[in-house]
Amino acid sequence: MVASEQTIKQVNKLGSSDYKYGFSSDIESIQAPKGLNEEVVRFISKQKNEPEWMLEWRLKAFSVFNKLKKPDWAKLNFPEIDFQDYYYYSAPKSMKDKPKSLDEIDPEILKTYEKLGIPIQEQKILSGVAVDVVLDSVSIATTYKKQLSELGIIFCPISEAIQEHPDLIKKYLGSVIPVSDHSFAALNSAVFTDGSFVYIPENVRCPVELSTYFRINAINTGQFERTLIIANKNSYVSYLEGCTAPMRDENQLHAANVELIALDNAEIKYSTVQNWYPGDKEGKGGIYNFVTKRGACRGVNSKISWTQVETGSAITWKYPSCILQGDNSKGEFYSVAITNNFQQADTGTKMIHIGKNTSSKIISKGISAGNASNTYRGLVKIQPSATNARNFTQCDSLLIGNECGAHTVPYIESSNSGAQVEHEATTSKINEDQLFYCQQRGLSNDEAIGLIVNGFCKEVLQHLPMEFAVEAQKLVSINLEGSVG
Amino acid sequence: MLNINNLKASIGDKDILKGVSLSINKGEVHALMGPNGSGKSTLAYVLSGKDKYEVNEGTVDFKGKNLLNMNVEERANNGLFLAFQYPMEIPGVQTSFFLRTAINAKRKFNNLPELDALEFAKLLKLKAQELNINSDMLKRDLNVDYSGGEKKKQEILQLSMLNPDLAILDETDSGLDIDALRIVSEGVNKARNKENSFLVITHYQRLLNYIKPDFVHIIADGKIVKSGDYSLALELEDQGYEKMAKA
Ligand SMILES: Nc1ncnc2c1ncn2[C@@H]1O[C@H](COP(=O)(O)OP(=O)(O)OP(=O)(O)O)[C@@H](O)[C@H]1O
Ligand SMILES: [Mg+2]
Repeated sequence: MVASEQTIKQVNKLGSSDYKYGFSSDIESIQAPKGLNEEVVRFISKQKNEPEWMLEWRLKAFSVFNKLKKPDWAKLNFPEIDFQDYYYYSAPKSMKDKPKSLDEIDPEILKTYEKLGIPIQEQKILSGVAVDVVLDSVSIATTYKKQLSELGIIFCPISEAIQEHPDLIKKYLGSVIPVSDHSFAALNSAVFTDGSFVYIPENVRCPVELSTYFRINAINTGQFERTLIIANKNSYVSYLEGCTAPMRDENQLHAANVELIALDNAEIKYSTVQNWYPGDKEGKGGIYNFVTKRGACRGVNSKISWTQVETGSAITWKYPSCILQGDNSKGEFYSVAITNNFQQADTGTKMIHIGKNTSSKIISKGISAGNASNTYRGLVKIQPSATNARNFTQCDSLLIGNECGAHTVPYIESSNSGAQVEHEATTSKINEDQLFYCQQRGLSNDEAIGLIVNGFCKEVLQHLPMEFAVEAQKLVSINLEGSVG
Repeated sequence: MLNINNLKASIGDKDILKGVSLSINKGEVHALMGPNGSGKSTLAYVLSGKDKYEVNEGTVDFKGKNLLNMNVEERANNGLFLAFQYPMEIPGVQTSFFLRTAINAKRKFNNLPELDALEFAKLLKLKAQELNINSDMLKRDLNVDYSGGEKKKQEILQLSMLNPDLAILDETDSGLDIDALRIVSEGVNKARNKENSFLVITHYQRLLNYIKPDFVHIIADGKIVKSGDYSLALELEDQGYEKMAKA
């Protein structure tokens, strides 16, 4: 495992209290006026040059949002969000004249990426990852597009897909997460600014990992990404989403919607490393991350697999889910959620079994340190039609120190007596004797914790694509630095 | 190398070490024997800095430095190694990776460049072969589902990879079969040189046939009650602790 060796290296390099990505770059922004109203929705649609049908879709979503209540059942504690106190659109100014290649991109933006350690050029050459970079709300660089388009693969900003592929958008957007699902889904539908669109045609195996880096940059800008991935029959795609954010004091609201659709025999693997600014050691600042991710296994033998490493944000509220409609379809959820200091995470999954012989697997590892709280909340629902459905769930929680909390809230609703549902859960404190053993071999307290926690998460981390696994292992260690052993 | 003077230590309100004094010079092997519960492991833990023990009195000098002022990893990186009586399992962490992490932690401490993957693999292969440890074992998670004897062998592999100045072996021989005992002892003898020292805790004189100690100490109720040369171990084997303590 060469990867976790880097963990240690990285841990050594970084100071314990500094958030590596804590800076903001002063790229001039075009902004919508502060606040949330119909005018803002129209402004966003206009900025994007959207067709009338899209504006109508947004306005309908906005009226639904106004009628819905904010979900309040998550085990989270935060001041009420004042939706009027955010900006809902901002775009780097230099985007106005659409760069055709990386050379044309604002050097200021490129410098920002450099600081983040994401050299686009190098990534193109070295890793074979096609990168669709989102800085704030507008995608600024798309690579490998041509190569992919030769295979009939569409990988572009969703704003572009609205222009170029309206039929696909009309057919699939909102088909997995209905606008009326809950208030954040409705909000996102009304004001989403950009995100990614992926379409894999029949019988195509996407040859590269598709990747998007998100970044929150302009002050107090709510971020509302929208991602839609469609895998047609017999196709395969692996999609990576990773992000870092600049340090600032204001709480930042983020409410992304991600929809996945897998048709007959198709497979979608969706991996996330989330490292947004978690707030400082006293719990000040940090991102509010309310994400709705849902995949529909519509076809027979289809498969959707979510892997997530959640280390950042002040508040994470996220339940990547699978709707297993097609017979023999499979859903998987592998999750590591780390909370330190005053972070709060309420995360888990929903597996909805509808088709026959559907199966799902849930592996969740929650790590809590400092004063943080970490909740796994999961639903396994077996509908009467889901003959011979199977689920296996394992939730392990690890506590570091005495002030943090871990909770496991599994809901099982089975309406088919033939279903097999297995649930295992453990909660343990980090083992002092293990720590002592590692330290006796010369590892520092932080290194020892990093090593042990990475071991604890291995089952999940090994599902990440290689280049992501390295970063994830670093993040696991970095996020627990300075936590009491 | 090591100078322990009137060391007293307790856990909670229970006194365990009640004034231990012991000097170990470079190149020497000392054996420590004593009945169950007499404080042997406690001495090993206190020397390596386990924090649940309270040191109430006494001094410990290690290579000219005050050992008791250092934290656990400083002691380790300064060359103190403890082969645990009960080695810990670390799930999800490959044995070879753990070894590499440990070696590089020590190298970093000594301002040496990290061993690259190839150099490390070569060294590991050599040392593992000497101890008759097969390479599949090294791919498994550290100590997880290892048999008792395999865990002990693993400790000695770590010892020979880390090359400490002072190694404390806490009952490394218990749990080893006859062949393994011989192989492990050979490993220890190979690691032995004029510059390093060993403190070997054991219940059995048999081990000392393989690893010839320069001195033998008997500890009872938190104190060293008798010291001598190798013949003391033979005497002990013959008479048992009770008689010896009275004598
Ligand atoms: N956490 C603890 N709380 C109370 N007493 C303890 C604790 N740990 C050790 N002891 C006691 O300290 C004494 C010395 O224990 P130690 O493990 O050092 O013995 P030992 O000489 O290594 O014995 P053995 O030969 O069985 O390994 C024992 O009486 C033991 O019960
Ligand atoms: Mg003992």
